[in-house]
Amino acid sequence: MWKHHAKLERHSLLLIIGILIVVAIGGLVEITPLFYLESTIEKVKGVRPYTPLELAGRDIYIREGCYVCHSQMIRPLRDEVERYGHYSLAAESMYDHPFQWGSKRTGPDLARVGGKYSDSWHRDHLIDPRSVVPESVMPPYAFLAKKELDYRDIQDKVRTMKAVGVPYTDDAVKNAKADLEAQADPFDAGGTALKKRYGDKVAQRDFDGDPERLTEMDALVAYLQMLGTLVDFKTYKAEAPENLR
Amino acid sequence: MQTSSSNEGRTPLDAAIVLTFSCVGALLALLAAAFTADPLFRFHMYVFLIAFVIAAGVMTAGIGAGRFRGDPKSYEDGVVRAGVIATMFWGVVGLLVGVVIAAQLSFPKLLYFSDFGFLNFGRLRPLHTSAVIFAFGGNALIATSFYVVQRTCRARLAGGLAGWFVFWGYQLFIVLAATGYLLGVTQSQEYAEPEWYIDLWLTIVWVAYLLVFLGTIWKRKEPHIYVANWFYLAFIVTIAMLHIVNNLALPVGLLNHRSYSLFAGVQNALTQWWYGHNAVGFFLTAGFLAMMYYFVPKRAERPVYSYRLSIVHFWALIFIYIWAGPHHLHYTALPMWAQTLGATFSIMLWMPSWGGMINGLMTLSGAWDKLRTDPVIRMMVVSIAFYGMSTFEGPLMSVREVNALSHYTDWTIGHVHSGALGWVGFISFGAVYCLVPWLWKKEKLFSDRLVEWHFWIATTGILLYISSMWVSGIMEGLMWREYTPQGFLANSFVETVAAKHVENIVRMTGGLMYLAGAIIMSYNLWRTVRMPGSATETSAAAKPALASAS
Repeated sequence: MWKHHAKLERHSLLLIIGILIVVAIGGLVEITPLFYLESTIEKVKGVRPYTPLELAGRDIYIREGCYVCHSQMIRPLRDEVERYGHYSLAAESMYDHPFQWGSKRTGPDLARVGGKYSDSWHRDHLIDPRSVVPESVMPPYAFLAKKELDYRDIQDKVRTMKAVGVPYTDDAVKNAKADLEAQADPFDAGGTALKKRYGDKVAQRDFDGDPERLTEMDALVAYLQMLGTLVDFKTYKAEAPENLR
Repeated sequence: MQTSSSNEGRTPLDAAIVLTFSCVGALLALLAAAFTADPLFRFHMYVFLIAFVIAAGVMTAGIGAGRFRGDPKSYEDGVVRAGVIATMFWGVVGLLVGVVIAAQLSFPKLLYFSDFGFLNFGRLRPLHTSAVIFAFGGNALIATSFYVVQRTCRARLAGGLAGWFVFWGYQLFIVLAATGYLLGVTQSQEYAEPEWYIDLWLTIVWVAYLLVFLGTIWKRKEPHIYVANWFYLAFIVTIAMLHIVNNLALPVGLLNHRSYSLFAGVQNALTQWWYGHNAVGFFLTAGFLAMMYYFVPKRAERPVYSYRLSIVHFWALIFIYIWAGPHHLHYTALPMWAQTLGATFSIMLWMPSWGGMINGLMTLSGAWDKLRTDPVIRMMVVSIAFYGMSTFEGPLMSVREVNALSHYTDWTIGHVHSGALGWVGFISFGAVYCLVPWLWKKEKLFSDRLVEWHFWIATTGILLYISSMWVSGIMEGLMWREYTPQGFLANSFVETVAAKHVENIVRMTGGLMYLAGAIIMSYNLWRTVRMPGSATETSAAAKPALASAS
């Protein structure tokens, strides 16, 4: 055996091929089945693609590195379910390119933060976290409320999301800009079309409390307020055979 | 730079290629900067433009002056010297950012500025992790691999200027990634945060790195490929595979910095942690084991303990590591079979890891007295001990029941730092302490006493760091799941945050001590370089290290 190994030690190409085969196996066995095993993602109702405003807010969430301190993955443990709500389903992040499960809870989990606090609480908390939670170690994000949202490329973003597999309609791509503007303004006539495309539950309001401007705060709060609200857990049967994995 | 090659007077081919590449690159960057509507993308295109213009200027001047003709009979050590300097520079920067963010968590009221969003924890933390892993660790790996492959193959680095291209290309990657984090250019995949165009640039640099390394092996005058080179090769090849697969993404536009991953949700989570854990396995382990396999035998002047053990643990390590990613996703929406598979292989991984530890430690048999007399050896031995400790802790934490407590807490942070500060940091410091006198042709280091100071300050710092994180991690994990006798959750989340205040300060102090050690080291090395030199290369460095091959 040791003599045979000498061949690998004398031929760099054999050595490289050996290495490549050995390191490829684990990934192939573990990752590829996730793309074709149907049981990987539960069949649930209600999960929809992000609206353009939520998508813009999600990009701000990513830009600011929120994922380094906040997970979006509630584990099926008693204390987590009681603290944060129903454990997270794979289906709830199936349109998340990239995923935001996180790996550390320097702050609490946000998978179901949507609807738990008011818009104005979120705004105050983001501007100065210690004004509402004195012991918090979170950084302040006051600049979000001052900065106009730059959404010139929102249509390209929605189109790209569609290209990587999120089921946006052609209509949704075409009207991305109008939908974004409509969602942040409760009096915008485009609200009806927005709800036709994304469902009646979509919130259409002024999220940052500043009706004059469409800010980054609008987008981020719109995103936070929808997190974890899509699946109706009154009708979801966790014990049903199709949902057991 | 004198040469007696036959093509005297002609422009060296490699220099011409680099010049052409720089000019084309500069033109493309200029066009991209001119036409994009995206301010962040434009800024990075300007960075590219400046880098390429400087490169083209240096190449033009150098070719005109008849330089860039390496002597094929000597080793290419210039790029290794540059790599050693870059290692120490980025090491200090990365550690400093780490201390800053540790201080932010300790004193949030003092160290956050509401008008400077780019100094917030969320933007500085990727800067810290990337600076220490890729800038400090990556430069240490590139520099030592270029040194080791030349000595163990008894051949000059292949590809002429390609080695320098790899070095400067990699620095450009670091600058793009670091400025990107501060400005908000990130795709949010941990340790793979840089956006698509930075990833593409790294791919080009990495392929060049592989070719330079492989080319040198092809030129070798030794029949055997030395064991350190197996590890370097596995590190380079596997990192290329992980980098490409995990960063598969579709740009929002060719002139837009943003891209969206091809994978979503659960599939994305697993590819990310397949990447993430093997960044640990291949970047922070295989590469640094290569360092151990060259510098420990060299410094101890003993052969590697067991040739057979090195074969067995090499193949077992690289085979098993790849499977371990899912232990980052226990109790998540990842299917149970994948979690179990990941945990099983993580526990099996303990064995090859300790095989490597034993092979490193036992190399000192017959030379244990050097622990007392040579502080550099002591640093490397303690590094191997930390490797053993954190590769025991890792399998422990991948057990589901333990992970239920440890996941999401500071325990993970402590675990990572016992590996990063103890193993990766100390083995790199040991290698650099060896390399600087060898590369700058000095008899010895400026001061062994300063190495002693570095060793003790840094070791105490690591112990403060990891023990405070054990305490705070286990405490917060227990507080999250604590119930009152009436059956209610005992603590609100923010109470667990407030409870960690003292531990956060201890952690910051530990990090500060580790940084102080690195600054002492930099001073010591600078004085070593400035010492009057001796003309001959020291005997230890001149001979290639060879395993006691049967």
